[in-house]
This record gives sequence, structure tokens and C-alpha cells, in this order.
Amino acid sequence: MGTRVLPIVAQSAAPIAPRIAQPSSKPEPTGFFTDTTICIGCKACEVACKEWNQLPARGDGGAHLEMSGQSYDNTLRLSGDSWRHVKFIEQFPEPYEGRWLMMSDVCKHCVQAPCLEVCPTGAIIRTEFDTVVIQSDTCNGCRDCIGACPFGVIDINHVSNTAQKCTLCYDRTSVGLEPACSKACPTDSIQFGPISELRVRAEARAVQLREQGETRAYLYGADPNGPLGGLNSFYLLVDEPEVYGLPRDPKLPSRNNTKGGLLSTIGSVVLAFVGALTLRASRMREVSASTHVEE
Amino acid sequence: MQTSLPSTFFTASPDYGWIIILYFFVGGIGGGALMLAGLLRMFGRPEDRAYIQIASVLSLIAAVVSGILLIVDLSSPLRFWHMVIQNHTLLPMFKWWSPMSDGVWILLVFSAFATGAAAQSFVDVAWVPKPIARIVRVLTMPALVTVGALGGIASGLALAGYTGILLAATNRPMWSDSAWLGVLFLLSAVSTSLAALLLASHWRRVGETPTREWLARFDNITLVLELAVMAAFLVSLGNAAIVFFNGWGVLLLLGVIIAGIVVPFFIQRRPSHGVVLPAVLVLVGGFLLRTVIILSSEAVHVVGTQVVR
Repeated sequence: MGTRVLPIVAQSAAPIAPRIAQPSSKPEPTGFFTDTTICIGCKACEVACKEWNQLPARGDGGAHLEMSGQSYDNTLRLSGDSWRHVKFIEQFPEPYEGRWLMMSDVCKHCVQAPCLEVCPTGAIIRTEFDTVVIQSDTCNGCRDCIGACPFGVIDINHVSNTAQKCTLCYDRTSVGLEPACSKACPTDSIQFGPISELRVRAEARAVQLREQGETRAYLYGADPNGPLGGLNSFYLLVDEPEVYGLPRDPKLPSRNNTKGGLLSTIGSVVLAFVGALTLRASRMREVSASTHVEE
Repeated sequence: MQTSLPSTFFTASPDYGWIIILYFFVGGIGGGALMLAGLLRMFGRPEDRAYIQIASVLSLIAAVVSGILLIVDLSSPLRFWHMVIQNHTLLPMFKWWSPMSDGVWILLVFSAFATGAAAQSFVDVAWVPKPIARIVRVLTMPALVTVGALGGIASGLALAGYTGILLAATNRPMWSDSAWLGVLFLLSAVSTSLAALLLASHWRRVGETPTREWLARFDNITLVLELAVMAAFLVSLGNAAIVFFNGWGVLLLLGVIIAGIVVPFFIQRRPSHGVVLPAVLVLVGGFLLRTVIILSSEAVHVVGTQVVR
């Protein structure tokens, strides 16, 4: 019996909106809206991300896979080899009363990106889609961006020995394809598209939830006038940001530069003057003492 | 309660660790030493040449060691040059608003002044080959000596102080919750360089001179300023001070503040004080300060959604 060739009727990575497939001179900013209320914790996004970006497994990837042992969350954090992380928040105050919150975390592609601000090699760039990408051939692994990120997103990838994170599938979006994670998401918890459209959709969803009785529903990072000029990957949450392991008030690292620089400059001037004056005084005392001896 | 934690606690550590602790310590001593060499050259006595020599050599050694430590610390060390030259365009790489980029250029300029200072201080030494001495002698022209001294003071102080600003320009707990870290590191660096110079001159058997008295007196002024800035730093932390509510806080109090600042201050106030004990205490305190500041913050991390410290 000969080999039968199956006809291709559809591609899993089919082009999305034509507006993105054939970008004009300046494409519209794109990103993710993640509705955490419909995340089922299946981790399809994690798997799709790893497969498309050829990221290694954690640990040695073989017989000694690292398990957290305390949760269904075994990824535990975003890292150089895990660019998607489904967080599991178990809220069970009573045995039969409680809820599971789930949230697929990823780089926020901040409009004012702290990592991009501090990078001393110019490895971190903003793309034409307003997303933030680390160029692996430029990064030298100084790790400045790791401490600068207010969300703990970036880490060293120990295969490339450079800092790495989600690229918002630049290689896919630049040819009009949807990022691997949102493509794989079975509940549309992760939605990809132009930011302006996503904001409208997200606001409508938050209103709908509040009308249905989930009064805690709100959008995290959707406000362009909010922290960091808004996030190009924003979230619908139903609890405090800290419960999801997110900072309430993310800031730019440069906020301390002026004050810190001014204090250090004042300190330097004081030290130099005090040093010069006391040294001069010490020498004058010596000269005066030797003059007395001669007299 | 996790909801009361500052936003900086929900971040990942850059894992700077021991290499960077050592760099901050060595670089601080080098920066302070070059400043002292410049001050002694401009306002000191002709007999201070031995001190200038020691301070210049200390700064040159610190420049070389600092460069090596920083390169070794990179995850891709062979790409160290990407810090100063853009790999795609081969144009200079400089971002004035990035303290790490500033620091790379500060270290380069500092290294040039440290080399010049060392060359100036050894120009009349007998074992320096004549052709080299002839070239170096150009550096001893009065105008160049003044430029070297002023440049050494400025670049030395910049190297001593930028490291704290670098840590503050992150989003990590405690480092970025205060703007006082730069000036704290600056004062600690100058204090440790004074201690290193006192210790080295003692070992080199440089005679008991008024300059040694000045070094000890200047060290005490620096220690008082450091204590005041330490208090301002701790108060400015607010909620983020909880990173010190553990063994690190005990080490900060006993190792840095008591043993590294208060005790050497009182020993050096006595007219007949020895050199070695207070100098060693100041050096140990300076090293512990950098250790506590870096490792106590790096102990904070997020597992799943929980902040662990």
C-alpha cells in the first residue's frame, strides 16, 4: 500500500487581519489582551511558545524535570527559556469554598520600556509594531535589563548566553501571522491585535463582568496615561495586582537618576573641598610650626 | 500581606553576586585613591611623593582588576566591546541616561588618568628604562600635571559614586527605593581608599608624617558623613527597609555601622592610635556594606505569584 498524501485544507498558522499582513508605512501598534477570567490553565500557550521559538525545557529537559511540588504551576517564573508562564493562584479559605485564578503571564511590551531605557549596548529595540525585542547578536549578557524590568520578565538564556524574553513573535507578526501563544489559546483568553481595538474589546468585557456581578473586574495596564505609558500586553484581573504577582505601580528606572546624580555630585564636591582645605590647613600648620622653631 | 509590599518586590534579580561586589569594592578604592593622589599632588608637600606613588599604583591596579571583573561577569564576555562600540554600525555606544553605559566610559577615562598618574609618579625612579622615562617625562609638564590631578579627582569620584546610582537605576527592592545609594557608596569608597592608603603606606614603611595624620583625620570626617548618609538612606527606604529585617540587617548594623564606621572613628580620634586596626575595620566594613546591599536585595524573588525573601 503506497503512501497517501493528505491534502492541506488549512494551516494552523494562517494569516490574520490583512491590515497586519500588508502593513502600511507605519503599522498600528499591536499587542495582547489577556482575559484572565477565561484562562483554564491548559498551558497550551507555554507549549506553543516553546515550540515556535525552539526554547529548551527547564532543568536538563530529560529525566530530572524540575517540579514545584506545591502547585500545578511547575514553570514558576518567566525566564530565558520560558517566555510564557501560566500562573496558578489558589484561593481556598475553606475546603469547599474558594476559587482558582489563572493568568498567562508574558512580557508587557511597555510603551515606555524600562529594559530598553537602561540597555547599555543598544541590544533592546522597539519594532515597527511598538513591541520590544532583544537582538541576540548584540546583547552581551550584562543583565542590566533584568533588574530594570518592573515585572521580572527578562532572564539569561543559558543556550545563547544572552538576555531573552518574548518577542511577541516578531518573526510571525512581520509576515502577517498571529503569535504562537494566542493562536494556540483554546478559550481566547489571550487575544492578539491592534492595541486600540483590544482596548475597546477589553473595556466592554470588564463592563460585562461587572454587570454580571464580578465587581472586582478591572483592566491592568490598558490606560495609555497610566504607568509606563500603558502596556502593550494588558490584562483583565479580578483581584489586587499583587495577588497575581504583579506590581501595583511599575516605574521607569531613570526616576532616581536626577536626584541620585545630584546627591552624588554634591557629595563629590564636598569631599574634594574638605580634602583640599584640610590638607592645606595641615600644611599651613606645619609651615607655621617650623617658622616658630626657627625663631 | 503581599498587597502591602512595594512594587519593586515583584521583580527578578540580575544575580550580580560576588564578582560585582568585588568590583564595587575594588573600583571604589581605586576611585578614591586617584582622588587622593590628585589632592596630594595639588595641595600636598614635596615629601608626599611616596603617598602619591602608592595611591597612583592602587588606582592603576584597581582599574585593571575592575576591567577584568566586569568582562568576566558578562554572560557573553567576548562581546564586552559592545558596551563602547555598536556592533552593527561600529559607531561609539553611549547612552548618557543609562548609568551602566556612563559607568563603562567613566572606567575608561579613569583608567587613562590612573595610568598617567602612575607614570608621572614613577618618572624619576632609577629602574625605569631611559627611553620610556623620556616619553613619560612629557607628562610631568606643569600644565599636564594639573590636568592629570584634576582629571584624576573628577574621574575617581565619578567611579566611586556611579555604582550606587547604577543600582538605583533598576526596579529592584531597596536599591531603587532610595536615591541615596550613590552618595553612600561614594563616601564608603573614599573612606576605604583612605584606609587602603594608610595601610599600604604603613606596610611600605613610609615615615610618620603630617600627611598620615591628615589621612586619618580626613577618614574620620568621611566616616561621620557616611554615618549621616546611612541614616538618611535607611529612613528614605520606607516599607522597602523590610529587606533588612533578617540576618542581613544584623550584619549591616554590627558589621558595617558599628565595626566599620563607629569603632574605627573612635580609635582614630585618639592621638596615639595605631594604623592597622582602624584601617582594616574600615576596609572590612566597606566590603560588608556592598555585600549586604547587593545580596539582601537579591535574596528577594518571586516564585509563582509569591514574593519570597
